Amino acid sequence: MAGRRRARDTGRPGVLWAVPGLLFFGLFAAAPMVLVAWLSFTSWDGLSAPTWTGVENWTRLRSDPAMHRALRLSLLLTLLSWAFQTPVALLLGVWSAGHQRSRAVLSALFFLPLLASSVALALVWRSILDPHFGLAADVARWLELGDANVLGSPRGALLAVAFVAAWQFIPFHALLYQGGARQIPRSLYDAASIDGAGTVRQFFAVTLPQLRNTVVTSSVLMVVGSLTYFETVLILTGGGPGSATTIVPYLMYETGFRAFDLGYASAVATSLVVVATGVSLLMVRLTGFGRMRSTREGM
Amino acid sequence: MPFDLHPRLRTPAATLAGAVLLAGTLAACGSGGPSRAQTLEVWTYQDASTHIQAEAVERFNENSDVQLELVEIPGANYQERMRTAMGTPNAPDIFFNWGSGSISDFVQQDMLVDLTDTLAETDELRDAFVPTVLAAAEIDGGVYGVPMRGVQPVILFHNTELFEQVGAEPPTTWEEMEELIELFQEEGVTPVALGGADAWTSLMWLEYLLDRIGGAEVWQQIESGDTEAWGDPAVVAGAQTALDLIEDGAFGSTFLSNAYTNDGVSTYFAQGRAAMHLMGSWEYGSQLANAEEFARERLGYGTFPVFTDGAGEASTIVGNPNNYWSVNSELEGERLDAALEFLKHTTDDTYLSALVANGDIPGTVGVDDRLDDHPDPEFARFQYDLITEASAFTQSWDQALPNRAATEMMNAVDDLFSGGLTAQEFADTLRGVS
Repeated sequence: MAGRRRARDTGRPGVLWAVPGLLFFGLFAAAPMVLVAWLSFTSWDGLSAPTWTGVENWTRLRSDPAMHRALRLSLLLTLLSWAFQTPVALLLGVWSAGHQRSRAVLSALFFLPLLASSVALALVWRSILDPHFGLAADVARWLELGDANVLGSPRGALLAVAFVAAWQFIPFHALLYQGGARQIPRSLYDAASIDGAGTVRQFFAVTLPQLRNTVVTSSVLMVVGSLTYFETVLILTGGGPGSATTIVPYLMYETGFRAFDLGYASAVATSLVVVATGVSLLMVRLTGFGRMRSTREGM
Repeated sequence: MPFDLHPRLRTPAATLAGAVLLAGTLAACGSGGPSRAQTLEVWTYQDASTHIQAEAVERFNENSDVQLELVEIPGANYQERMRTAMGTPNAPDIFFNWGSGSISDFVQQDMLVDLTDTLAETDELRDAFVPTVLAAAEIDGGVYGVPMRGVQPVILFHNTELFEQVGAEPPTTWEEMEELIELFQEEGVTPVALGGADAWTSLMWLEYLLDRIGGAEVWQQIESGDTEAWGDPAVVAGAQTALDLIEDGAFGSTFLSNAYTNDGVSTYFAQGRAAMHLMGSWEYGSQLANAEEFARERLGYGTFPVFTDGAGEASTIVGNPNNYWSVNSELEGERLDAALEFLKHTTDDTYLSALVANGDIPGTVGVDDRLDDHPDPEFARFQYDLITEASAFTQSWDQALPNRAATEMMNAVDDLFSGGLTAQEFADTLRGVS
């Protein structure tokens, strides 16, 4: 509150600076969102004008077994992704924040998947998992596991999607943790070792509590990302086998751009926005992240 | 989050900047329409025969004031691209499609030109096409498409070398089929290659099974919009037969992971690891391109076997009767005339010769004497007889039904083959599809 004057003198950004961003957000995020919300109350085939049908799509959504299954699968995938990605990314990130000799080279290699397009990644993984000609087929043969029917079994296909997502996004989250871990003051570790704490103890007593806000940030991004995950499913499994990987975003695509039932697809999309926003708000609220409390109070 | 609304936001400069930005973006969205007054955009599905359309466009442009511009759309998402473009300023003027369900929604919205009068103009044109081929472009009493590529019946291909090894003949009845499945399994060969990751390949089995068990009428009833016809006992019996095939190991254990679209199944078949493959006639062309020796020496073909107590005939075929050119009804005057003129060239000598040389059988009558120009005249003659002697030509179900019903049907097919639905549940699900 030290005064508007000083803010202006130091060239602190005013709202004006936000105008391009706001316009962009309004045009490409807010406006389509409002339009989709409106479309969810209509029946529209994409050719003729939308006709108002009131809450019809929404009542259908409530009792649609396909939607229920998709929602269950989306939540399962989110849970799987979070449980798998968080520990790996955390360890990788903390490790790469150190000063080991090979660190820089290895970190650079670890971050490579982040640079590839998710479509290309999905295509590569689809070839790897091919039951006759992929690497998976060879591995299954060596290990005498029988046929490599990964994408053909419901559980295998979902795990494959979760794995490819992890492979693609762990580098990003590791980067967050690396940044977070670098911020932790050296003195905390010095104090801990004087108290006789070993590496493991230091990790749990110093690093982890200090990374609290990073964990929340990374988790919210992971959860929202998993709930809206799409390209990999489209290319890797096509929602199959059967509907074993038809998660909500894929159901939305199929309803909208295969069946051209755009009104109902809009209802699916709107509910996805509501659920994803709700879950991330809940996470922020429950973890106390919103209070922006420092992990270094009193230091 | 506290949000300090700064007074500078309201200055005219900022408003102006915002307005310019907004206008620029909006203008970018709407461009592309008026600048092409004297060119027509022609959309085609990009694959190995696209060059034939490209040459046709080139020939047409030499003698026309209105120029055509060919746009090749990559295959996988053609249907979506076409559908989302129609009714917008970016819609094509002339475009490739599969007839029936792929354009029926456009016909309902009056977006296509009725070609009935154009086809009736001259005798040559009126009688040019095989009636069962033209039928897929006839909707609500009008004709909305002109056949422009090859007829694509679904054929039961087999590996002649494997059949010789076990001393067997290709199946003509279902009993023989069942014996062969057992025989090949004992030999350690997958009896039938199936790319179950692409549900449309599984669908081909259901199409033929329903036809052979219940006759072509059952599907004709369903196609006419009577969803109750999905409850016909033949639908359940056909689905059950498919489930029995899976149970018996006819498709091997990994068919749900196999995809046709990445050439996985075709390669597997060409390597002699599977004995039979039910696929559209284009399989011949793709084997010729990817495994030439196999295509020339070991690739056999035949009709789908009959059920001795079934209502269907061996002469009925399923598949894609053809692909069609349709014309956007937004066209008028000189541009419309040019578009219609272009369609007439699909029966030209040059065009038909190019199709046959490419390995296609055109949907026109009287191509007998051209068949010797086909890369494999014997296969060409087999197909030509199949087409001209067909008692009925059932269009692929996913192309025959409108988008919405087709999507729900494909999901049910996928669920059936992956064990999520029983045969009865499959039929019940489809009865609810409108």
